[in-house]
Amino acid sequence: MSAVIENHHDDHHHGPAKGLKRWFYTTNHKDIGTLYLWFSFAMFLIGGAMAMIIRAELFQPGMQIVEPEFYNQMITLHGLIMIFGGVMPAFVGLANWLVPMMIGAPDMALPRMNNLSFWILPFAFFILLSSLFMEGGAPNFGWTFYAPLSTTYAPPSTTFFIFSVHIMGASSIMGSINVIVTIMNMRAPGMGLMKMPLFVWSWLITAYLLIAVMPVLAGAVTMMLMDIHFGTSFFNAAGGGDPVLFQHIFWFFGHPEVYIMILPAFGIVSHIIETFSRKQLFGYSSMVWAMLSIAILSFVVWAHHMFTVGMPLAAELFFMWSTMLIAVPTGVKVFNWIATMFRGSITFETPMLFACAFVVLFTLGGFSGLMLAITPADFQYHDTYFVVAHFHYVLVPGAIFSIMAAVYYWIPKWTGNMYDERLGKLHFWLSFVGVNVTFFPQHFIGLAGMPRRVPDYALQFADWNMVSTAGAFLFGFSQVFFLFIVIKTVVGGKKATAQVWEGARGLEWTVDSPAPYHTFTTPPKVS
Amino acid sequence: MSGGNYYVPDSSRYPIFAAVSLFLLVMGAGGTINGVANGSTVLYIGFATMAVTMFFWFRTVVQEHLAGLDSAQLKKSYVFGMAWFIFSEVMFFGAFFGALFYVRNFAVPWLAGEGEKGAPIAFVQEMGVDFWTGFQNTWPVIATPDAGDAYEMADKSMAFPGWSHVAEWLPLWNTIILLSSSVTVHFAHLGLKNGSRKAFNRWLGATVGLAVIFLGLQAAEYYEAYAHYGLTLNSGIYGSTFFMLTGFHGFHVFLGCCMLSVMLVRSVFFNHFETHDHFGFEAASWYWHFVDVVWVMLFFFVYII
Ligand code: HEM
Ligand SMILES: [Cu+2]
Repeated sequence: MSAVIENHHDDHHHGPAKGLKRWFYTTNHKDIGTLYLWFSFAMFLIGGAMAMIIRAELFQPGMQIVEPEFYNQMITLHGLIMIFGGVMPAFVGLANWLVPMMIGAPDMALPRMNNLSFWILPFAFFILLSSLFMEGGAPNFGWTFYAPLSTTYAPPSTTFFIFSVHIMGASSIMGSINVIVTIMNMRAPGMGLMKMPLFVWSWLITAYLLIAVMPVLAGAVTMMLMDIHFGTSFFNAAGGGDPVLFQHIFWFFGHPEVYIMILPAFGIVSHIIETFSRKQLFGYSSMVWAMLSIAILSFVVWAHHMFTVGMPLAAELFFMWSTMLIAVPTGVKVFNWIATMFRGSITFETPMLFACAFVVLFTLGGFSGLMLAITPADFQYHDTYFVVAHFHYVLVPGAIFSIMAAVYYWIPKWTGNMYDERLGKLHFWLSFVGVNVTFFPQHFIGLAGMPRRVPDYALQFADWNMVSTAGAFLFGFSQVFFLFIVIKTVVGGKKATAQVWEGARGLEWTVDSPAPYHTFTTPPKVS
Repeated sequence: MSGGNYYVPDSSRYPIFAAVSLFLLVMGAGGTINGVANGSTVLYIGFATMAVTMFFWFRTVVQEHLAGLDSAQLKKSYVFGMAWFIFSEVMFFGAFFGALFYVRNFAVPWLAGEGEKGAPIAFVQEMGVDFWTGFQNTWPVIATPDAGDAYEMADKSMAFPGWSHVAEWLPLWNTIILLSSSVTVHFAHLGLKNGSRKAFNRWLGATVGLAVIFLGLQAAEYYEAYAHYGLTLNSGIYGSTFFMLTGFHGFHVFLGCCMLSVMLVRSVFFNHFETHDHFGFEAASWYWHFVDVVWVMLFFFVYII
């Protein structure tokens, strides 16, 4: 033990340990951030490959490539991997890298737990993916795992799916506790709450949402487990339970979850637009209040996913209006981003291109969300490709574009090298075209009545499906190109200055590029 | 806010050992449930490695503290961390209480044909289709909608048995015991604050004793339910909510009891904890008050109304 303590003192000034040990045993927020980011990239590519299988099957009507059973497994795993393995860990990785630097802290508040939060994830996804090779195949009931599909009619691998969700949840909860405690306890002197960078604010709120809803998800899968194996009847009407109860519990988690995947994006985009408009952000405090009200409202809108399930009229109305209310703070944010750009001296480097695309395309996804929020209209749209188009617009050019924007924006700080601007722009345009060609037509086929989660469809949907698949492959291959750009930047490139971007503000730009292994061992003064 | 130097620990082996243990634990649990060969062996190995890892991890934290490496600020991080952890536990129980609320107020009445959404069922029954006819909206639900087809019907529930039998009603005794244990743990805290280790050890010992009695009575109640009431996990939604809520609570009491026992051992054998410096104990006592509050809610919503 005393060895640990003595070690501590002389170790402190050294860089990282050598070899694999560095990554297994690390307590450094930058190392852990890097691990999270690479992990999420790997998951993004695996989930993306599954999406390619789905789109290839849908290229033409009729069954071509995969069995319907396998198609359902792809649908399920694609959703789960993208959400829990792609988007969420990417944001946690960004939080790890950036939050301590932005608030002038030496590290995260609980560095050992930080390492544990990360290392649970590879195991969790190993379990999830290994279910593909189990008897009866992987889970096949969609990422929303509605009972009784996920209970009475589920494959045996569902047991492992449940435990994998359990440990993912444990990872998220520990990660979020760490973020909250870091932000509440480790800000540099002088950094009051209303002086915090917006990315930090967005993560404070996100972490709160995560701690509030991940345990509810754990409760839901536990009830499933009990129903499947131990004879309880939570979701079985024959015993006095109700499958609809599952949907309520799931969406009580699920709707805040979609905001978990977009709030950090709001933070990122605010920083980038501010920097490249070379102006102070318009309406900082209204941005904070908007995020807070979105977070609070997100707890009382869940049943807008269940309009067609047969709820009492009062519930249909309540959830319609509460959902529409969310558009108000969201509108405030969009207004502020545009007002920030107004009369700015704007340049369009790659991060700014992604951020601008975010503002436009995320807003489009918000509009289709508003259409879906109209209860009687949703009776028509529900479970069609229109819903698929809606959530892909908020998630791909929303959450994922913001992650890519963040990578381009901060990678000079992480690696010390500038990325290749020409390649970055090319990647942007390929992705931008790809994403719209993929998902815009899905609005049409959805409104025309094509149901989601089907491997085959009626002939009248054929043309737009073909277009959509073409776009999907364009988007898919552009992301392999993105991988190339990132690796190229890590390996070498033009050296970055500490400031990197002319208009950038914030503590992270006051340290060298690449940021030293330990930053702010003594807290900076913030005025 | 950050002042002076913040203690940042070195790289550590424990987290990844904990992750591997967790992996073994859940693979073992899944394997056991699904009847995979050697599933339970993996489960036990997972338990053992997890226990060992936790022991050394916490020991390191305690030793760092005794060596004076941590600052007041780090202590605050632990305080916040524990508080948010308890909040996550509140939400976990919230899911099960929410389920109870939903079945009692919506699912069961609708299944019995009552209310706006019950109407179609009433209609089907009127048409003479045998659709769970005769199912009544009562709570506790003893007769399941399928009248014991797939689920076994219990003979008796755990609800209030009437004033004449109140003295044999275990949940009442458990309430008294758990509430007293919250008081004893508070007295232990006061003892520590007043600098009396003897008082601290005694009151803390009493708390652990009460916790063990509670767990014993809970086990007796489960035995009664299975052996004499016919009330099991398999007896429909009443059994489901009853056993899951009380079961998870009991499990948390067990965890809290373990935490308090560790604190007792630390104080009795190692003289840990000072008048103004005893967060390990405080964290455990917060947890204890939390399980106590959950029990009061349980007593009210599961047993009484
Ligand atoms: C103004 C904001 C928004 C509104 C009014 C809105 C409304 C809705 C509604 C009513 C549905 C259910 C449609 C149906 O199933 O019939 C839905 C689905 C969905 N939304 Fe949104 N939404 C908004 C923003 C977002 C955001 C920001 C995200 C994520 C970043 C998101 C992700 C999703 C997802 C994933 C689904 C589909 C879930 C599924 O069934 O698999 N939404 N939205
Ligand atoms: Cu929603």
